[in-house]
Amino acid sequence: MNLVLKVENLAVQFEAMRVINDLSFSVNKGELLAIIGPNGAGKTVLLRTLIGSIPFSGTVEWAPGSRIGYVPQKLDLDRDIPITGLDFLRARVALAGKRALDISSILMQLGLPLEVAKRPIGALSGGQFQRILIAFALVGDPNVLLLDEPTAGVDVPGEERINELVHRLQQSQGLTVLFISHELSIVNQYATNVLCIGHGRPCFGPPRTLLTPETLRDLYGTEVKYHVHDR
Amino acid sequence: MSTTVDILLLSVAMAAASGFIGSFAVMKRMALAADPLSHVALPGIGVALALRINPMIGAAAMLVFGALLVWALEDRARAATETVIGVVFSAALAVGSITTRGEDLIDALFGATGSLGRGELAFGIAMASAIIAFIVLSRNSLIVAFVSPDVARTAGVNVRRLDFFYLEAFALTIALGLRFLGVLLMGALITVPAASGRRLASSLSTMLQITVTISVTSTLIGTWIGLYLHRQSGPLIVLVATGIFLLSLLPLPFSARRQSQVTASR
Repeated sequence: MNLVLKVENLAVQFEAMRVINDLSFSVNKGELLAIIGPNGAGKTVLLRTLIGSIPFSGTVEWAPGSRIGYVPQKLDLDRDIPITGLDFLRARVALAGKRALDISSILMQLGLPLEVAKRPIGALSGGQFQRILIAFALVGDPNVLLLDEPTAGVDVPGEERINELVHRLQQSQGLTVLFISHELSIVNQYATNVLCIGHGRPCFGPPRTLLTPETLRDLYGTEVKYHVHDR
Repeated sequence: MSTTVDILLLSVAMAAASGFIGSFAVMKRMALAADPLSHVALPGIGVALALRINPMIGAAAMLVFGALLVWALEDRARAATETVIGVVFSAALAVGSITTRGEDLIDALFGATGSLGRGELAFGIAMASAIIAFIVLSRNSLIVAFVSPDVARTAGVNVRRLDFFYLEAFALTIALGLRFLGVLLMGALITVPAASGRRLASSLSTMLQITVTISVTSTLIGTWIGLYLHRQSGPLIVLVATGIFLLSLLPLPFSARRQSQVTASR
């Protein structure tokens, strides 16, 4: 087992509110961990804690040499900010130095024309900007990807392309992926393990054992119409 | 003794630094923080005058401290920070108005070029160069941290440290401009040209070029009119910059890029 991330007894507290309580799980190299749970359960807080943006108690241990690419959920940007997608991606290339990958080939894989990347980021549509953020994460040549609902706001072909690209990188380059998703069919199709946080105790395990009507009801606090299909 | 050339030299350096700092200030939505932060210089000027030392030293010291205060508060909830900045820095203006008297107070509020020693000229130009160098060298980190501090962290940017240096560079830019524009008007030279740049540019490099050009041009024209009319240059510099901003609001041909953007992306 090649451990990439070990989390033990993780707790995060904002003022008087405890958002994450006593959470433990681990992720091996090349695995795809899906994080599921109701709105407000602390999924985004968990990813932001893992990248060091939020103070916590407990243990978060990344394997040495981990290069993290993080794709946030959505960003509130003014429409008239004169920074183009290309300005933003080139800044990443400059920061990555020799490790940086080629911007245009990554944009092509994501199905985003270069012309679109030349527009100011505030003027891009939600789905276009989302793909710029994914490109940003990939340009830094990561070996771990943290994705917070990466396909939210992306059109259907774009969504399929992103899911396939992430899956392909995971398979071909041994990329480790942690992703938040509300789409249980995607989770079932791609995830190695599932971490669920929400009502009741957190649970952790392979999708086949976790995505059952009972666990989902406990997790969301209500009946969920979802049936696990054979993979 | 100072010559007009010395004064113009320092004012151009100050205006260029102000353009670089201001471009990121308007993007970071710090435009409104520029004014209260510059007010904190006033008590420093008052104390320095009372102690008979160079008032610019007192102002710079207070500004560096004020930036440190903003930085320390930034980690907390945003609304609370803005309230504290408003309260503390308005109080600073009140205290400064009491400790600084008569003509000195007017000079401190609106700027008075006065006489400029060679040492101060050299120090001012060195400081302006350092501020410009900081922005140019950190622009990639600043862009990424502006879009998302979280994403910047994963790209290896130390966001807290970058914020600290940016705020201190911002404070020193205000300190540089106090001689020319005073405590009340320096904030305007940082934000007004950058507001025009933001309207007219469609990429970061064009925004920096436009903002610096407007900032330097306004300063030169304002200073020249001031010399010609024997008036303080500070208010004139701000008026020229504001005039250019109003021109930037005009429709064609300036807004061409906006229309093409909207039709192209929506």
